[in-house]
Amino acid sequence: MSLDLAIFVISALVAVFGATMMIFQRNPVASVLYLILSLVGQAVLYVQLGAAFVGAVLIIVYSGAILVLFLFVIMMLNLRSSADLGEPSPPVSRFVKYFVSCLIFLELSFIIRESLGAGSTTSAGIVTMADDSFGSVESVATLLFTRYLYPFELTSVLLLSAIVGAVIIARRATEDELPPQPEKAVGPISQKTNEGQE
Amino acid sequence: MLEMIIISSVKVIVVVVAVLTCCAWSTWLERKVVAYMQHRMGPTLAGPFGLLQPIADALKLIFKEDLVPKSVEKVTFALAPIISFVPAILTFAVVPFAADFEFFGYQVTGIISDLNIGVLFVFAVTSLGIYGIVLAGWSSGSKYSLMGALRATAQMISYEVGYGLSIIGVILVANTLSMKELVEMQGSDSIWFFQNWFVFKQPLGFLLFLTCAVAETNRCPFDMAEAESELVAGYHTEYSSMRFSMFFISEYANMLAVSAVGATLFFGGWQGPLLPSVLWLLLKMFLFMFFYIWLRGTLPRFRYDQLMNFGWKVLFPLALLNTMITAAFVMID
Amino acid sequence: MNEVLKAVGNVFLKMPLGFVVTLRHFFKKPVTLDYPYKKKPMTPRYRGKHYLERYDDSTERCVCCGLCAAACPADAIYMEPEENEKGERRAKIYEINLLRCIFCGFCEEACPEEAIFLGQDYEFSDVNRNAFIYTKEEMLVKHPRKDNPFKRLYRRVRKVHGVTDKIS
Repeated sequence: MSLDLAIFVISALVAVFGATMMIFQRNPVASVLYLILSLVGQAVLYVQLGAAFVGAVLIIVYSGAILVLFLFVIMMLNLRSSADLGEPSPPVSRFVKYFVSCLIFLELSFIIRESLGAGSTTSAGIVTMADDSFGSVESVATLLFTRYLYPFELTSVLLLSAIVGAVIIARRATEDELPPQPEKAVGPISQKTNEGQE
Repeated sequence: MLEMIIISSVKVIVVVVAVLTCCAWSTWLERKVVAYMQHRMGPTLAGPFGLLQPIADALKLIFKEDLVPKSVEKVTFALAPIISFVPAILTFAVVPFAADFEFFGYQVTGIISDLNIGVLFVFAVTSLGIYGIVLAGWSSGSKYSLMGALRATAQMISYEVGYGLSIIGVILVANTLSMKELVEMQGSDSIWFFQNWFVFKQPLGFLLFLTCAVAETNRCPFDMAEAESELVAGYHTEYSSMRFSMFFISEYANMLAVSAVGATLFFGGWQGPLLPSVLWLLLKMFLFMFFYIWLRGTLPRFRYDQLMNFGWKVLFPLALLNTMITAAFVMID
Repeated sequence: MNEVLKAVGNVFLKMPLGFVVTLRHFFKKPVTLDYPYKKKPMTPRYRGKHYLERYDDSTERCVCCGLCAAACPADAIYMEPEENEKGERRAKIYEINLLRCIFCGFCEEACPEEAIFLGQDYEFSDVNRNAFIYTKEEMLVKHPRKDNPFKRLYRRVRKVHGVTDKIS
């Protein structure tokens, strides 16, 4: 199945390329665009694994809703380049950088090593799932509403708390909560305007 | 294998050409219908009843200067029309356009790709269409365009939820996500050929779908992204020539796509007596299109905050309610 | 609860009424005229482009008396007289500047010979200012009127289109 291999290689390259470019872009909107590209590549990978449902949901939720929200915020603040983002964060010591990168690399290689044993492996080393129901609507729903019901419901509680938090941060202070305004000094108008100009 | 590829390619070409043709003449239909609603005549000069007007328009747009203002982000500016155009066409990949038929001895299915998650595919693809508008508005480097894009994103976030939930009812009743199976379920041999249409089982769901679909395609009365009386032309203010016409076509292609999806989900797709199945789908799509235009001729534009309120406080709860009621009925069955 | 009922009423009772209004108008005849192909009939008393009338034997009615020029409030008429072969007086030059003319119709009323009339023609746009100075040749009708115009109720009614077309 060379067609499968070609699709896999192309979409994997697209996903990795998008993710890499996302990091290296100085323009926030371009970053978001590359992230979308990466997500589309990932969705294709899911579809190729037979998990069309997961792929579609990935596109609907992430590219369709969340990244639109990202774009909305970026446009609201009108960030055209990284200079608009404000002061760069303080430099991290070199040791921490190396340590974290090594940790992530080790974790990833561990996961890949484990997963290679899980499914059947083709000659190119691509994991293909033997189980037909993998990632289908039924299997996802069954798992979600039986085995992982409690984590699933806990997630919704987490989201609820996030919503409540957002509402509290975003709401305007009511009048009696505002600190009392100091009485404005009464004086000649000319004096006031002079103050303003200075 | 080769045979399958050839048949699929032919189907793709036929469908795309048909959609583009329909797009062109939808512009004519819109101009004529709105004109008659306003006691005008619409285009009359090009051909009989102005029927050649779309061709004249296309020629005009092709020969216009392709103006790129100085302040634009060039790459995204060029990409935006394509991004808004492609998803609209992609939707038709999973819309069953006819019953299975035999063509020169080959058995042909009346659908380009019978995905088992067809409905989800439609939603995934249409949710990408918004990027065309957003990027166009952002990359134009113009206030009007940016305002249009901002509005489009806010509108889209408010509506996507209700839009998705409005069809959950149909999916619950049908117990499938495949567009083909959905259509086949709605067929009926009796004289009441429309008795199995989902619009009768899901009236509220249909109304919600209709409303959200109008918002989804940025059409009047939810056309705030291009509100010509406030934002010049909204997100495509800085566009001209063929780039502009790409937006123009994609708007109509989106309308057609939503019409086709609506006809498939609620009105039995190509199901219908006597006439060939393709004609039935076209007829139903035409009714949807007419309703769109009728809406434009009737309702004024919503205000920005009204629309957000409407989306979150009316459509979303109603869609949830519809889902719950349908789920209860399905459980009792 | 009351508000919800009201909203439901608005959506299911009042909004359809609005749709019915537009649909009803959709089936009405458009008021727009298909202009260059179909023309609105002007009222009989419409004062359009001038034309000069002839006697039944095709001689010009105008004797170049100058009363129209005198009556003209916009000073748009210019004329020079001459004599024809029979020694009768007629206009050598008779020009109306339509850019000055205010189409008041005083010239028509002042004319003792019933020679000048304001017709029904309103299409005389041009790209050149000089083209608006209409000469005698351009305004003179080609044939005398068959019927007696003065016996008719609306004496100005006459099919002018094509009769006073410019002679290039």
